[in-house]
Order: sequence, then structure tokens, then C-alpha cells
Amino acid sequence: MTGGIRIDDVTLVLGSHTFRFACDMPAAAVTAVIGPSGAGKSTLLNLVAGFETPDTGRILVAGVDVTTNHPSERPVSLVFQDNNLFAHLDVATNIGLGISPSLKLSPTDREAIATALRRVGLEGFEKRKPGTLSGGERQRVAFARALVRRRPVLLLDEPFAALDPGLRSSMADLLLDLHRETGNTVLIVTHDPHEVARLADHVIFVEAGAVAYQGAKQKFLLQRDLPALTQFLLP
Amino acid sequence: MRRTLISLLAAAAALSAASSAVAQQKTLTVYTYESFTAEWGPGPKVKAAFETTCGCTVNFVSVEDGVALLTRLKLEGDKTEADVVLGLDTNLISEAKGTGLFEASGLDTKAVAVPGNYADDTFIPYDYAHFAVIYDTQVVKNPPKSLKDLVEGDPSQKIAIEDPRTSTPGLGLLLWVKSVYGDKAPEAWAKLSKRILTVTPGWSEAYGLFTKGEVPMVFSYTTSPAYHMVEEKTDRYQAASFYEGHYIQIEVAGMLKTAKNKDLARQFLTFMITPGFQDVIPTTNWMMPATKTDQALPDAFGKLVQPQKTFLMGSDEVAKNRQAWIDEWLAAMSAK
Amino acid sequence: MLTTAERRRGLAYGATVLSAVTLFVAMAVLPLLAWDTGATEARLFSAYTASVLRFTLLQASLSTGLSILFAIPVALALARQPRFPGRVWIVRLMALPMGLPVLIGALGLLGIWGRQGIVNKGLTAAGLAEPISIYGISGILLAHVFFNMPLAVRLMLAALERLPAEYWLLSAGLGMRRASVFRFVEWPALRQVVPGIAGLIFMLCATSFTLVLMLGGGPAATTLEVAIYQSLRFDFDPPRAIALAFLQIGVTGAILAVMAFIPAPEDSGTTGGRTIRRLDGITWGARIGDAAVILLATAFLVMPLAAIAAAGLTADLWRLATSDAFARALWTSGKIAVAAALLAVAASMAILSARQAVADMKRPGPLARGFSASLSATSALVLLVPPVVLGTGWFLVLRPLGPVAPYAPALVAIINALMALPFVMRVLAPAVTTHRTRTARLAASLGLSGWPRLWRIDLHVLARPLLTAASFAMALSLGDLGAVALFGSSDLTTLPWLVYSRLSSYRSNDADGLAFLLAMVCLALAILGTAGRREENA
Repeated sequence: MTGGIRIDDVTLVLGSHTFRFACDMPAAAVTAVIGPSGAGKSTLLNLVAGFETPDTGRILVAGVDVTTNHPSERPVSLVFQDNNLFAHLDVATNIGLGISPSLKLSPTDREAIATALRRVGLEGFEKRKPGTLSGGERQRVAFARALVRRRPVLLLDEPFAALDPGLRSSMADLLLDLHRETGNTVLIVTHDPHEVARLADHVIFVEAGAVAYQGAKQKFLLQRDLPALTQFLLP
Repeated sequence: MRRTLISLLAAAAALSAASSAVAQQKTLTVYTYESFTAEWGPGPKVKAAFETTCGCTVNFVSVEDGVALLTRLKLEGDKTEADVVLGLDTNLISEAKGTGLFEASGLDTKAVAVPGNYADDTFIPYDYAHFAVIYDTQVVKNPPKSLKDLVEGDPSQKIAIEDPRTSTPGLGLLLWVKSVYGDKAPEAWAKLSKRILTVTPGWSEAYGLFTKGEVPMVFSYTTSPAYHMVEEKTDRYQAASFYEGHYIQIEVAGMLKTAKNKDLARQFLTFMITPGFQDVIPTTNWMMPATKTDQALPDAFGKLVQPQKTFLMGSDEVAKNRQAWIDEWLAAMSAK
Repeated sequence: MLTTAERRRGLAYGATVLSAVTLFVAMAVLPLLAWDTGATEARLFSAYTASVLRFTLLQASLSTGLSILFAIPVALALARQPRFPGRVWIVRLMALPMGLPVLIGALGLLGIWGRQGIVNKGLTAAGLAEPISIYGISGILLAHVFFNMPLAVRLMLAALERLPAEYWLLSAGLGMRRASVFRFVEWPALRQVVPGIAGLIFMLCATSFTLVLMLGGGPAATTLEVAIYQSLRFDFDPPRAIALAFLQIGVTGAILAVMAFIPAPEDSGTTGGRTIRRLDGITWGARIGDAAVILLATAFLVMPLAAIAAAGLTADLWRLATSDAFARALWTSGKIAVAAALLAVAASMAILSARQAVADMKRPGPLARGFSASLSATSALVLLVPPVVLGTGWFLVLRPLGPVAPYAPALVAIINALMALPFVMRVLAPAVTTHRTRTARLAASLGLSGWPRLWRIDLHVLARPLLTAASFAMALSLGDLGAVALFGSSDLTTLPWLVYSRLSSYRSNDADGLAFLLAMVCLALAILGTAGRREENA
């Protein structure tokens, strides 16, 4: 259930911004995408998710070209910073939509939902509406949904940005636990150096619409020859 | 069980016999205006009375007003389903004849007695009324006694009139002023415009302003007070009698060349000028009957203004000059 | 971000609506254009037409400007005071003028502002000799503000309420004063909706007919719509009527196009569904000021309505309400209103999904952009096609098929739906856009599309704006007199028609009573349209 991601010489023009990406995200590892605001971190993630399609170049997941596939046809799950849940649907339904968009759920599926909720520490939350949950709980529901989807790739767009530091580290732990259990490929956009240190195996540094650095975390943390990177790590 | 079945069959047979009888019965299609067929209008009573004598079914098709009636005929041409058209007025006759759709009925119309030397072989009058200024007696203590009085009177005492571009009464007032003032009509309008509170698109708006007390005078018909006297038991609203005379509106009906059953159409037009029809008119259409009635008119009609002189222009003359006169009116009124 | 199927479907829906509307209008226009009446074109662009056009544009611009100008403080005050006593009822009452036949509304206005109205009686009692007269341009403006300001307030209020709750907390936290809040928060939100609202009101005022003649005081106050009606109904000169209609659409459309170029900044702020708390509205100064503005606007709105109610209550309401004629008319009107509302809402959703499909293309070609633009233009400008033209044209189309009366209700429903389309779009477009920005990525990543998305997501979230839009359309349809007077009215007696037929045969008291009942029906619709509003604020 693993698959590395390859961004193969992708270019994309959005309005007045031009993006050029070429990088690899190793299979079964956590890759952190970092960089200054507006550099193109989320755009890179959107390309993998399928919210943007490249003008040129290819995107491969586990060796399969998914460049023109619709987001729902890609082997990925997503967790955003917010608006991860439909506010008018209860927790179980929100998770169930991850299994079947038409909500045709078998008893096994329901069991899977309950198990996933238990796994993220929200046992018995099936009938709760998102409005009654805290920010951390809502993100846990999103994790639960990613669990039941069983996709080899998990994309996270600043998933903990809205949470307080204590909650952040416990959520990061949960993410790591889930990653070890499933052995999935994780791509996380963040601007928190601590998260990089704590979570990532591999780092991609994006600057001005291009990949300025990519490599293993250990090497990355010792990197001192890129001024922007130094600025990012030692604010 | 068997008996039930037989009685059911019998009932079905009776029903189908009845419906085929209806199908075989002659129908007469009459195009008219909406207020004629309203539940309080003459339509329902006229239909009932005629159907007892003709062995036919009267089918009214009603449109908004007399002008819409003519428009509909023009649109339909010789494909029209109408046998009889009832509700055009004298000003529309020329245009109606121009369509070439109507046919002279050849009926004897000696019984018809409408003021103003009206004569036409195709269109037979069924009712009429003179135009008049109606005033609120609680406000207007010295009503105008002539059109000249109206034109030259106190500008602070206002009147609501209708627009000749969009309504029949509006056109009536235009022709009335023209009849009295001739070439001096623009000057008269310029003077009168100071008394005019507003010019409404139709009769309903002007009369609404009047009955709400917004304006003490309105341009309407000599017969309007009859409604208030008969239905509302009040003498408050009266018509002003003008010594120059009053312009008349005569409502007419005619039969079409394409009528399916011309005898039936003639029969209806004949019926129209008999008491069976005419008795209904005064208190349903609030107009004067065109021929003698059997029943005496309600007392209120005796109190109405009876003009000494009647103005009526030939409809050809109206058709020819209408646009020029409206332009003249526009210029005079806009110069305010 | 849409699937190929979704995009294709959206474009197909839009194309269907666009071609249906174009076809419906063209089918009416062509037989009228072909009608031979002898040459009258000479009079078309005369000095008369020029002066009518000038007056049409003058009064429409002034009416629009004033309606917007007065609506802004009222909308701001209502937004600042979410707990104002009776607020929801004030908003509901604002739906009423649109559903009233104009003649009834005008008579109600005159009960307050007329020569014998309350205002003049007060002034006379205060020692003023001459009553003030509103007839002329002032009367037209007064009436247009009465009919259109409430519409503007409702649409602006909706825009303010869509702002994230955090904005208000933030501005309070930053210590922003009233002027700064207006400049940095409220005005940017209003600026996005004002051009659209102004365009809508401009069209309504430019095509105004009865009000302009009745309150204008003389033929100097004439709009193109009057000239069109005159050419078609009184002179029966269809080509001239069509030419005038094109003039009306062309000139007004050009003005709207210019207005559309006024740039409106896009904002993508989304609210987390939090309860709105307006800290700037709780000081006593703000409360008193806002209360004064709200009460003044409410009085302006309610007094004429009260005059209508007072007149209506003197009628024998029980007899009228239980009469067969009323029941039949209510059924007819109800049927037509529901059909018109469904059509208008469905067409709007189709147009929105097509526009979304085009917006979703990364680099839409000129064809796609033209398609999207013509969808927007069609949905807006269809209001300018005079109903009398559509009614007469379709009469000619249907006549060869046999009796026309059976088609009349369907035709009225379609015409009403077309007239309601711009209103429905105003209500739905922002709601749909906000909803999409919030849920598009999530729905796409989960593979939610087509029916499941419509059923599970869109209908729930959009239920309220859909209901509001439908109630708008129904009120509009209920107040419409119908353009099919030629078709034979006995089969098509709607509520406003019932009112008018009473008025045109002296029965003004019955008419008052029926108008009151009609207003009650509209109020019921307004309640439906604002249903659930309170829950959301709780």
C-alpha cells in the first residue's frame, strides 16, 4: 500500500505566478513541504491532490501517471487546515462519505467507522455534529476519515495550524502512529520548524515557485548555505 | 349485483346520451370584454336569458377591454372563432371595419335609440353613456357648468384624467375638447393642464384616486353616480352637467363574416336590442340601455345628468386624426 | 476541480437554459416583427421617442440612486443590531411591496403622502396653507424608493451577514471606529453587491409604467414601456413596439454594462458559522442611532402598508375570503407562482453551474467566456423584455394550434419565471459561490458529485437561500397582472386580476379587501422565505 510521488518537470501558470516543480517524495515516508508564505507550498500540494492540473510535465503516484485524473480518482486522502467536515452532517456521515460518496455503507463499513473513531480517541462520537466539537476533535475526525479511505497517500495542508501547541504535539504523535501503522506516504505542508523536526523523514523547501532544496531531514537541518532556509529555520 | 350492473349501464347510457345532446347543440361564441362577463356583470344573465330561447350554448371569451378585443381579432384574422364581437366602441369602428372581418347583419335597428345621430349597418349599439366630470359634493361646492368653466376654473381644485394614448375615456376627453374648441384645443389643454392633478393610464387608476378622496373631480361617465346611489346608497358623487353638451361613448356589437352559424349570430344581435337583454344593462354594466326596457330604470337613473347636446365624431375622422391630435395634446400638456 | 462529467453537465444545463430563454423570446418577437402594418418606422426615432427615452433614463437613474442611498444606512443598522426587537418581522415586511400590485401600492402611498394624506393633514394642521404635492418627478421617486429600497436593504443585509463573524470581533478588537468599520469592512462587502442591486433596480424603474403615469402628473412623465404598450395595445403596430423594445433593451443594457465595469473586489473570507456578535452595536449611542434609522425606514415602509390594511379591513373580508372567486384565484395564482418559482430557481441553478464550469477551466477560450457572459447578460436583461410583447407574440405562435386559453397559465408561469430570474440570481449566486469555496475541495477529494452532492450537501446548505429565492419569485409572480390579457381571462383569474376587475367596475371596497388578502399571502411567503433565520442566529 505504498507509493512514492514524483513531480516530473511540472510547470503551471496561475494568474501572474509561474510555478516550476521537480521533486520526489519517497514512499512510506513523511515528507514536509516548507517555505515562506506565498512560495507555492499549497500549490504543490494542490497539484498532487488534483485541484490544479499542470500546464506541462507529469505527476506520478507509485509509478502511475495521474496528471489528468480528477481528485477523487487519485490514491490520496486529504486533511485541510479547516472546513474538513460538512457542518450539517454528523460525524459518522462525514466519515462515511470517505468510503462511499453516495453513502451506501455495509455493516462492515459502519464497523470500520467505529474502529477509526476509536483509533483517533473519539469513541462514540458518531452522532455528534461538527459544530459541537473542538478544533482538535474536528481534525481527529478528518484523520478518522483518512483512515477508512485506506489510500496510500495522505496529504495534509497545515493541519495543525489552528491548534494550540499542546494539542499540536499530541496530534503530531497521532499522525506518526497512524503513519507507522499504515505505512502510507505522507505529504505535509507546514511552516512550523518543530513539526519538521518531529515528523519529517524528508524535506522539500519551496521558494518563489520552485523547489530550492530537497533531501533527507538530517542533512537538511545541517544545511547552512541557503540564506532563505537559514532564515526559515532560525527566525 | 346484476341489478347494480344494469343500473350502472343505464346511467352510463343516459350520461352519454346527455353529452351527445350537448355536443349536437349549437354554440355561439361571443368575444367580449372582461367586466361584461364578471359575476356581477351582464354576461351571466344575458347568457341564461338567451339560452332559454335559442336552444344553444353561449360561449363567452373575454379579454381585457374593447381595445384588446380588436387587437385579438386583428391577430386571429379569418381564423377567429368568434361569431359575434360585443364591446367595441364608436371610436374603434373604423379600424374594426378596416379588418374586413365583419359583415352587415341586415337587421332592423329602428328600435335603437341612442343620442348623437349614430348610424351604421354593421355595428349595432347595445348601450351608451356620455362622458362627464364626476365631482365629490363634499369638496366641490360650485361644480363647473361647462367645459369652459372646467378649463378656466380654480387651478387649486384638481381633476384626474385618463391618458388618450392608453385608454378609451382619455381619448373621449380629447375628442370632447376638440369638438368644443376646434383649433383652439391646444390653448384649452394648456390652461386645463394647471387643474389636472395627474393623467392616469386607465379609468380604474383615476377613479381609484377619486374615491380615495385624493382628487375631488374625475373624468368618467354620466352614469357613474348611479352605481354609488344604487349600490352604496349615497348621493355624494355627482356628474357635472356641461351646457356645451357631452361627448358620447356608444358600445356596439357586430357579427363576423366567418361566423359558423350566421342565423344564430343574427338571432343574438336581435335579442341584444330587446328588453330581455336591455333590462340587464343599467344595473350591471352601469350604462344607459340602447332601446326601451320592460322594467323601469331605477330611480337613480332619473337623477342622472341628461345632456342637452351630444357630441360624436365619425370614427373615420377619429381614425384619421387621432395621432395628430394626440401629438397636439402631448405638446400642450408637456409645456406645463 | 470538477470532474469532466460535471463540467460537461454544467455547460449543458447552461446551454439548455440559454437556448430556451432565447428561443422563448425569439418565438414571440419574430411573428410580431413579420407583421405588416404599413410603414410607420418614420415615427420611431422622433423627438417624442427621444424625450421619452431621456425621461425614462433620468427617473430611473434618480430612483436607483436614492433607493441605494437610503438602503445603505438601513442595512448597516439592521446588521449592527442582530437582536433588534421585531427585526425578523421588519425584514419580512420588506418583502411585501414587491408582491403588491402597483396600483394598490400607489393608493397606499397616496394615503400617506397624497394631497389628502396623513402628512399633508399634519402640515395643514401645523398651519401650512398649501398642501405639498408629490405629483411629478418627486412622486415617481417616492414610489420607486418605496417599492425598491426594501429590496436593496434585503440584498445588502444578506451580503453583510455573509461576512465572517470574526471580522466584527476583529474590528472591535482593533478599536476601529464607525467610519473605519464602514471603510474597511462594511463598504468592501457592499461594494460587491451594490452594482448588481443597482442594475436590478434600474431595470425595474426604467420599465415602470403605472406608477410613472399615475404619479407623474402629466404626459411629460412617460417611459418607453408606456410607448411600447401604446404601440402594441392601442395603435397595434407590432414592428414599432418591437423596435421600441429593442431600444429599451439596448440603451438600458448599455448602461448596465458600464455599471458592470465598476470593479468589485473579490473577497474569499469564509465564516466558521459562528454566531455574529456586534460589539460596535451595543453602545447606547449606536443603539439609539440605529433604532432611529430602522424605525424611520420601517415607518416609511409600514405607513402605506397600514393605509392598505386599514382600507382592506373595512371590506367584508370574511365574505371575500370565502367566496368561490377568491378560492379559484388563489389556486390559479398559487399554481402559477409555484411553477414560476421552480422554473426560475432551476434555471438559476443551471446558469450558476454553467458559470462555475467555465470558471473551473484554467484558461477558458473566448467561446467559453462569451458563453458565460451571455448567460449573465441573459439572466439580467430578460427583465427588460416587455411582458406585453411576449404575451402578444406567443398568442400569434399558439393561435394556429387551436384554442389558446389552455396555454395561458403555462405561459404566464414562464413569463413570470423569466421576470424573476434576475432576482433569484441575485439571491442564489453569492450563496452558491460561498458554499462552493467552502466545500469544493473537500467534495472533489471525496468524489462527491452529481446527485449525491446535490442531495447530501448542496440542498442542506443552500436550503435557506433556495427558499428565499423561491419566495422572492413567488411574491413577484403573485403581484404580476399577467401579460396574457388577450388570451381570454375567464380561465386565468389571478389574485391581482381579481383586484383590478373589482376596481374597474366601481367595486373599490372589495378591491381594498382583496388587496389586503393578497398582501397577507405575500407576508406568508416572506415568512417562508426567512424561515430558519432565527435558528441560525441562536
